[in-house]
Amino acid sequence: MASTSQTTPSGGGRLGALTAWIDDRFPMTKMWKEQAAEYYAPKNMNFWYYFGSLALLVLVIQIVTGIFLTMNYKPSAADAFGSVEYIMRDVEWGWLIRYMHSTGASAFFIVVYLHMFRALLYGSYQKPRELLWIFGMLIYFALMAEAFFGYLLPWGNMSYWGAQVIVSLFGAIPVVGNSLTEWIRGDYYISDITLNRFFALHVIAIPLVLVFLVVAHLIALHEVGSNNPDGVEIKKVKGPDGIPLDGIRFHPYYTVKDLIGVGVFLILFSLVIFYAPSMGGYFLEHANFDPANPLQTPPHIAPVWYFTPFYAILRAVPSKSLGALLMGLAVVLFVFLPWLDRGKVKSIRYRGPLFKAFLFSFAIAFLVLGWLGMQPPTPLFTNLARLFTVVYFAFFLLMPWYSSIDRTKPVPTRVTYHAH
Amino acid sequence: MRTSVLVLAVALAPVAAFASGGEAKLDHANIDISNTASLQRGAANFVNYCLGCHSAKYVRYNRMAADLGLTEQQVIDNLMFTGERPHDTMKIGLNPDDAKRWFGVVPPDLSLIARSRGSDYLYSFLRSFYADPSRPSGANNIVLPGTAMPDVLWELQGIQEAVWEGHVDAAGNAQRHFKEFKLVTPGKLSPEEYDGFVRDTVSFLEYIAEPAQLQRRSLGFPVIAFLLFFTLLAWALKKEYWKDVK
Repeated sequence: MASTSQTTPSGGGRLGALTAWIDDRFPMTKMWKEQAAEYYAPKNMNFWYYFGSLALLVLVIQIVTGIFLTMNYKPSAADAFGSVEYIMRDVEWGWLIRYMHSTGASAFFIVVYLHMFRALLYGSYQKPRELLWIFGMLIYFALMAEAFFGYLLPWGNMSYWGAQVIVSLFGAIPVVGNSLTEWIRGDYYISDITLNRFFALHVIAIPLVLVFLVVAHLIALHEVGSNNPDGVEIKKVKGPDGIPLDGIRFHPYYTVKDLIGVGVFLILFSLVIFYAPSMGGYFLEHANFDPANPLQTPPHIAPVWYFTPFYAILRAVPSKSLGALLMGLAVVLFVFLPWLDRGKVKSIRYRGPLFKAFLFSFAIAFLVLGWLGMQPPTPLFTNLARLFTVVYFAFFLLMPWYSSIDRTKPVPTRVTYHAH
Repeated sequence: MRTSVLVLAVALAPVAAFASGGEAKLDHANIDISNTASLQRGAANFVNYCLGCHSAKYVRYNRMAADLGLTEQQVIDNLMFTGERPHDTMKIGLNPDDAKRWFGVVPPDLSLIARSRGSDYLYSFLRSFYADPSRPSGANNIVLPGTAMPDVLWELQGIQEAVWEGHVDAAGNAQRHFKEFKLVTPGKLSPEEYDGFVRDTVSFLEYIAEPAQLQRRSLGFPVIAFLLFFTLLAWALKKEYWKDVK
């Protein structure tokens, strides 16, 4: 089996001749070798390392289903809601395409949040992967924008009021706030004009940015090499052939391994699509099956689950401008992790109790804030949201302190791996 | 308006929640979307009792016929009364301006009502009308207090009155809570028959809210069976390749 991995796409005969012809004009074989067949990844990558390839899979699903949705969707206030129902009822397989896209939106955030948590666990943002991490965070921001613009398109009542609330947040910016919200909407309220521009941003502008950033993220990754659960740099220990001793070829080892992740992911994805496409109102909100109505708010306005941790932070602060600022900060602070973290080790395996405690509290705070953001505000919930907002920010702002004084364990020179 | 929208939305949330949900506890509709006979009865109930005022403008007659195991001729003979063609959707002739004048609101389109409100809400709503002379229509509803909808099913259900119980709260104000319904004039149907009638109707509403759900559920099993096989194969392939990773 190992011999298969030695072969390059160029075989003998006519196909080989074609490959040679292309290689003289375009670095096809060279790129294949650099990015897959001779890209050496640590052999000890575990469960947490499935989510990068899965994010790429979901991106492809979103682009392909999105293209087919665009063929039948009408971006106008008069027709948008009806055209989505047309897709759901009259377009062949339209319901499947639409559910793949709507479930894909939530799936995207699930895999991206797990992918980001992996980076926190194993210090994947630390030197020399700062730029890789920043590209990743830019992908996350683009993804949030993409989800926000896309959510207006079905033109349901939650689409409408969700967009109204989020766009109005820009009004919290001093001096230019009100002009800025008008500029974003293109109108004095969320209207046909807003829908049209959100459609343009959702189907072309942000996807272009996303794809560009994903390419940059992958190039940066393959330049510095993958981190691993031990946080050991495999490039430091190379064999006589110059190949890291703990590295294995990405293809075929991780391509076949990622196939298992793809299979399990698609099973879970299908369970949602075929048996619970609304996920009890979490993936498709009930109020969004009423058409947009500028005169009546839904009973309870809440963003879709992937934004609720930040929404809870916004609501926890009595002052709107301060709340909006904290909400923005909660998202942006991730970018600074490589410089906030003064730890001498990367992986959670060799971190001390302080880091573990702060990371664990942060994860809990993120989940609780996410839940609170879905609930109608009550005095108790608001106080809880305040408490967990403090926990959330403590993870970032106290990091220079607790990460530097933590009692870390010695890091081995080689990765820990037990052959199965 | 712009800067205060958020504050407004948060402030309105509890009010709106009351207006749409009331304080009523919802009964479980207990519907079975795979029960074709129930869906067929529900379709008949719907066209006879609802379609006069409420449209279902995304629902196509011939699609419904196929999904409910009916022939187009059966649908034309039994469920279409005003000269529509089988490929038409369930639109109505009611002029929105007239409706506004008569009821105060335009009766909502019911294509998606089961997805926006839920079947338990609809099941409870249709069983919770009670006589209330203070209302223009003479009827009110526990689930949606102050509803503009008249009690159009009274002939079937009969007329019921609401029984209230009261207490004086800490501030000294009298509070009243809904206790139960009392049937004062029996209808054509017994209470059990009426519940069945509503259940069939709600099943139909649930079906029209997402006609694809019938195919969706049946397609799920083969797709997931294939994916299980695929995953097993991927796992075996990975095991084979990874033998030489020491």
